[in-house]
Amino acid sequence: MAKKKEKNKDVTFTPTGTGIRSNGQIVRSTELPDPTEKTHKDLGLSDQDVVDMFEQMYLQRRFEERAMQMYQKGKFGGFLHLYMGQEAISTGTTYALNDDDDIITAYRDHGWGLVRGVSAKEGMAELYGKVTGCSRGKGGSMHFANVKEHFWGGYGIVGGHIPLGGGIAFANKYKQNGRVTACFLGDGAVPQGALHETFNMSQNWGLPCIYAVENNGYAMGTAVHRHSVGEIVDRADGYGMKKKVINGMDVFTVYEAMKEISEDVRENSMPWFVEIRTYRYRGHSMSDPMKYRTKEELEQYEKLDPVERVKRYLLDNDLADQDKVDEIQNSIEDEVMEAIDFAEESDFPDKDDLYNDVFVEDDYPFHT
Amino acid sequence: MAELQFREAIRAAIDEEMAHDENIFVMGEEVAEYDGAYKVTEGLLDKYGSKRMIDTPISELGFAGIGVGAAMNGLRPIIEFMTFNFAVLAADQIINHASKIRYMTGGQISIPIVFRGPNASAGQLSATHSVSYDSMYAHFPGLKVIYPSEPDDAKGLLKSAIRDDNPVLFMESEQMYGLKGEVSEEDDYTIPIGKAKVKREGADVTIIAHGKMYHVATQAAQKLSNDGVEAEIIDPRTVKPLDMETVVKSIKKTNRCVIVDEAHPFGGLAAEVGYLIQREAFDYLDAPVQRVTLPDTSAPFAKNLFDEWFPSPDQVIEAVNTVTYRK
Repeated sequence: MAKKKEKNKDVTFTPTGTGIRSNGQIVRSTELPDPTEKTHKDLGLSDQDVVDMFEQMYLQRRFEERAMQMYQKGKFGGFLHLYMGQEAISTGTTYALNDDDDIITAYRDHGWGLVRGVSAKEGMAELYGKVTGCSRGKGGSMHFANVKEHFWGGYGIVGGHIPLGGGIAFANKYKQNGRVTACFLGDGAVPQGALHETFNMSQNWGLPCIYAVENNGYAMGTAVHRHSVGEIVDRADGYGMKKKVINGMDVFTVYEAMKEISEDVRENSMPWFVEIRTYRYRGHSMSDPMKYRTKEELEQYEKLDPVERVKRYLLDNDLADQDKVDEIQNSIEDEVMEAIDFAEESDFPDKDDLYNDVFVEDDYPFHT
Repeated sequence: MAELQFREAIRAAIDEEMAHDENIFVMGEEVAEYDGAYKVTEGLLDKYGSKRMIDTPISELGFAGIGVGAAMNGLRPIIEFMTFNFAVLAADQIINHASKIRYMTGGQISIPIVFRGPNASAGQLSATHSVSYDSMYAHFPGLKVIYPSEPDDAKGLLKSAIRDDNPVLFMESEQMYGLKGEVSEEDDYTIPIGKAKVKREGADVTIIAHGKMYHVATQAAQKLSNDGVEAEIIDPRTVKPLDMETVVKSIKKTNRCVIVDEAHPFGGLAAEVGYLIQREAFDYLDAPVQRVTLPDTSAPFAKNLFDEWFPSPDQVIEAVNTVTYRK
């Protein structure tokens, strides 16, 4: 007869994940790989491209800082998941992909919308729930979308949009149009079954899709090492999927990696799993008091700020002088303030709009 | 007209639609190499190849979601679930995604997708393989739900579902796949979604029954006829949108109504239709509406318990007797 194992006195469910975070020390799975040493010229980017990247990232930053203020003033409700700190990812990726490549993401989607053609006005109006918003006031913060520009939107169920990304890639392969799909998710979506089911089929069928985790260290308030075992990127191994870990605090690094990866996907029609390590400055959403992390940790990342980094690059390499930078910043500040005015002055959707966009047809007999 | 089995009628609808639209593909467990778990898709792999007939792993959530994503991006997927009992795993993709994406994006995205497969029980498969889901999905805005009872309806409605630009759930009964019936061979034969059909005329009582329950109701109606009671049977065919006009018209004639539903009683279609009838035809009712449903229990395995659980023609007759005050 097998010997019964002696009962432990203390049963605990302390996570044994990827390492232990203590005293603000960064552990694996959030350690940043080195950024690229290449210059913009090495990467094939023009001087103007770098100026544009800075503009775009600064727009995302200011848009959200102002959105946060307006939220705190009670100008609009709902969730507000801010992307601040992660702007290098949306921007670097968008510059690396073709304009007709497809992008889909989760609910932290403002940056993605803005970089994929949602104007500050349409974005702010969407936050306000106005009919002039990018989703006509039906989606709010979590559901920015601009399908014309191949941005398929933000999705609010953690992991739920991963198969949608796979499906968009499936359709591209089916139609043989050569488009690459980039499906972004947070580290909190990695333990979802949807990811594993989609990975299995994607690898099996050779779907032209980049699944990219924006690992910002926390799934809501649960640190990576507490919600996941092993390294996130190693999930790819079980599927034989190509993988890479990228520093997400540097826009050139994201650009370089996503350019190479998207070219490989286009060429070989096989998926990639990419873990882009980054950090969000704000809480999970506006109701998050951020008790799960230290001030020191936040400060450590703020030193790596992606927007400041590209600004410094512009100045250090004489791509723009301080006056030019000021001019850009002022102009973006104006753009964001105008967006707020626009949102405030815009109308709410008409009451009849409640029944629009449920079904394709206009005369659907709604149940009463 | 040709006499076809239910499964053949469904296959004909898929085949005809696939033949004229290259964007239509079928995806699901065992749909291709195995020729379909219930042989619905038999032969379609040979005809359309592995680009358009795609076997999946047992990953309902994953392949349902891939279908939704493909529909967003311009294809017209037919997603087969081996049974809707397993599709519960894909409910997030159907309920949280397919039904809502158009709305959440302010109309930017259409999802022309059909989710189809066997619904409800097949007899003695115990609790997890015997659930009817049409009422559940009909609860959610943005979805259309069809549960036909006869091969001809199956063909005409499935063709309409495949052409529909909205997400449609098309429920079939595992018990009915072998059922034969006359099926139209007309070119382009479609039946509009949302139109009920008076399938038996009668002046004494209206029986509303769809899917498998239509056949239970028909058996009851035959017995009742021997007894001098003529039941009018209405098959809604489409659970959502629901054609109440046809129902109300019939009740104005018969003044009595029995609803037969393969679902559980609480919050099901029978509850909803019962409410709508009292709202729209109260003054025409000579008796309270009766319903025959599954009991509020899961499906048992034991044969005697299963027979007790499953709605029977005798229960329908009893309900008719109640509304006609005959016994």
